[in-house]
Amino acid sequence: MNRRTALAGSIAAVVALLASACTGSGGSTTGADAEAPDDPSKVKGSITVLTHRTDLVQDGTMKKYAAEFRKTYPGVTVEFEGLTDYEGEVKIRMNTENYGDVLMIPAVIEKKDYPKFFASLGTRQERSAKYRYTDYSTVDGKVYGQSPLGVVPGFLYNKKVWSRAGVTDWPTTPGEFLDALKAIRAKTDAVPYYTNFKDMWPLTQWTNVNGSVSCDTRATTRLAEGDPWAEGADLRVGDTLLHDIVRGGLAEKDPTTTNWEASKPRLAKGEIATMWLGSWAVVQMRDAAEQAGADPADIGLMPFPVQKNGVFCAVTSPDYQQAVNVNSDNKQAARAWIDWFTDKSGYADANLALSPLKDAPLPDVLAPYRKAGVKLLDLDDSKGAEVKSIDNSSEVGIFKPDYRQDLVDLARGARKGSLDDYLAGLGERWAEARDALGS
Amino acid sequence: MTDTTRKAARPEAPAAPPAPGRAAPAARRTRRRARAGVTPWLFLAVPLALLLTFTYAPIANMAAYSFTDWDGVSPELNWTGAENYTELLTRSELFEVFLVSGYYLVASVVQIVLALYFATVLSFNVRFRNFFKGVLFFPYLINGVAIGFVFLYFFQDGGTLDSVLRLLGVETDHAWLGTPFSANTSLAGVSVWRYLGLNFVLFLGAIQSIPGELYEAAEIDGASRWQQFRHIIAPGIRPVLSLSVILSVSGSLSVFEIPYIMTGGATGTETFVIQTVKLAFQFNKTGLASAAAVVLLLIVLAVTWVQRRIVPDEKVDLV
Repeated sequence: MNRRTALAGSIAAVVALLASACTGSGGSTTGADAEAPDDPSKVKGSITVLTHRTDLVQDGTMKKYAAEFRKTYPGVTVEFEGLTDYEGEVKIRMNTENYGDVLMIPAVIEKKDYPKFFASLGTRQERSAKYRYTDYSTVDGKVYGQSPLGVVPGFLYNKKVWSRAGVTDWPTTPGEFLDALKAIRAKTDAVPYYTNFKDMWPLTQWTNVNGSVSCDTRATTRLAEGDPWAEGADLRVGDTLLHDIVRGGLAEKDPTTTNWEASKPRLAKGEIATMWLGSWAVVQMRDAAEQAGADPADIGLMPFPVQKNGVFCAVTSPDYQQAVNVNSDNKQAARAWIDWFTDKSGYADANLALSPLKDAPLPDVLAPYRKAGVKLLDLDDSKGAEVKSIDNSSEVGIFKPDYRQDLVDLARGARKGSLDDYLAGLGERWAEARDALGS
Repeated sequence: MTDTTRKAARPEAPAAPPAPGRAAPAARRTRRRARAGVTPWLFLAVPLALLLTFTYAPIANMAAYSFTDWDGVSPELNWTGAENYTELLTRSELFEVFLVSGYYLVASVVQIVLALYFATVLSFNVRFRNFFKGVLFFPYLINGVAIGFVFLYFFQDGGTLDSVLRLLGVETDHAWLGTPFSANTSLAGVSVWRYLGLNFVLFLGAIQSIPGELYEAAEIDGASRWQQFRHIIAPGIRPVLSLSVILSVSGSLSVFEIPYIMTGGATGTETFVIQTVKLAFQFNKTGLASAAAVVLLLIVLAVTWVQRRIVPDEKVDLV
């Protein structure tokens, strides 16, 4: 008996010790800078780059970038670590100091914590002259990350299917868009719209509608300050369109068992007519088309069907932003990699994406946008952190799939309620969380 | 393990009878006894260390997080006292998801009955007995994630289930995971398929440990198979049966893998654990999620306790 109590006591002591040991973590190097090296030949060291592009690590593309990089910086060795569950794994690793030298800033990290995790790349003032998206990672005037490419949201569509249905011009209102989908349903065998409900993240893409409707660079600020689901607000227009598509039976028959990988060749072959994704998906769809023996030129991109003063608007947004680990021993080498990868690697071109350099020309994918005079907007992200905190605190999740899965369920009758009530409920929770956060 | 060591140490005692006034053997004896006392702990050291590191330390950690506002990554965390628990208990909608557990609870009744049936049948001399045992137990050996993916194809529009039904002449256009009722029933069905084998093996083991003479005696007395089940098997496996019920109840309350892989909690299939995972990893409320996990643990413990009070574990004596 006695021995047992002694044992229990020692277990408790050990547990308490472990508990206290596990919660503490670094942060001692807060506020370091990663300065660009003056002389490329003098930079030495070995850096590890954490990336979500496992496909590029596996097929050797990243190695080619590294070899190219070494021509300018012969003293630097670059290793890559491709992580399939990037967000999940890096989030846990960031509790230690060992999370690579260069990494993509995970979405879960709060902006105010950037200085604790990443070394600064310079001030907003000096960087914003040359680069896009600097305000997405600016904290107190300092920039902590740089996206190597920019993307534009849009509907990916199969041109052949659309023209077979007799629609050749981009719809300019949600109503016209629905009519076009109805024509596709009537005149072709294709599924007019594919939600990719099961894979969840494709539904989160609908949040990128934000800004396209109002054509306002301050759209994100308005999310933080107003009701995102107010009458005529960006998200309400987008969500209503998604709801009407599903309600009208214009989406796939059984959304609960969709398959993203399988959807790519199906779009290419014309079994699916439309999906709301973004310019980043064009390259994947064209690859899928080639593999499936279809014509890659059939894959098209169209803006959200709303015009402001007769022009379409499309929002450009950054991809993951590369940053330097604040605990890195090779900050100069890491910084050199980011600069080279952003400016000279040609990564954005290879992905048919928008260059992060302000003076670079538009990529070919967006040629139809240029021709149609689509206005490209860079959103002001100064309130981005607030939007994220309201989003998490309210558990609405505009960047998470749940609320749109519920929306789709509502539209197809698997959930009770009306769209108006549902969106009003979201707005209420949003407002409550904002008040609670006191902003 | 302790028993064997003790037995090994015991013969020493009479070999060295107590001799007052002579200090040296006494000291040796205490030393030897001390060593004998340490030996079991040496054997236990590794498993205990593993148990502490991977089971109790994380639980203690989680309990500690549940009193903070930690978001899962930030180096900063603030002590918030019982705030998370207050929030949890005042938000009734967080507990609505337990209704989903009802489906799994019903399913586990079906599961236990089926397992009991198969175990009884296969404990008698049946042709292809071992083959059927394998068939029933096999699903339990497959990884839960793999099962999730396999059944996703199974329930797909035009998938395996639809094809099989068509072969049987039933034309169906039903989206199996399409409505909350249908989806939860389908998922609970998958869960039955998966865990049936475990219950089955437990029951079979218990049934086979019943001495064979009892059946012979019963047969001589002219007992039917049902009477044999009712009066020999059922009381004989009672402890295992009550263990199975406890496992089923706590399992139904904390369903995770199958719905998480197959639907991600969409269309009304969200369980308490999925909700907790979402709180922690989508909305970065690690503190609140830890509190939810602690509450779930307490609920499971409470349910088990109540059950043990209602159905006490009596010693069964068949002979």
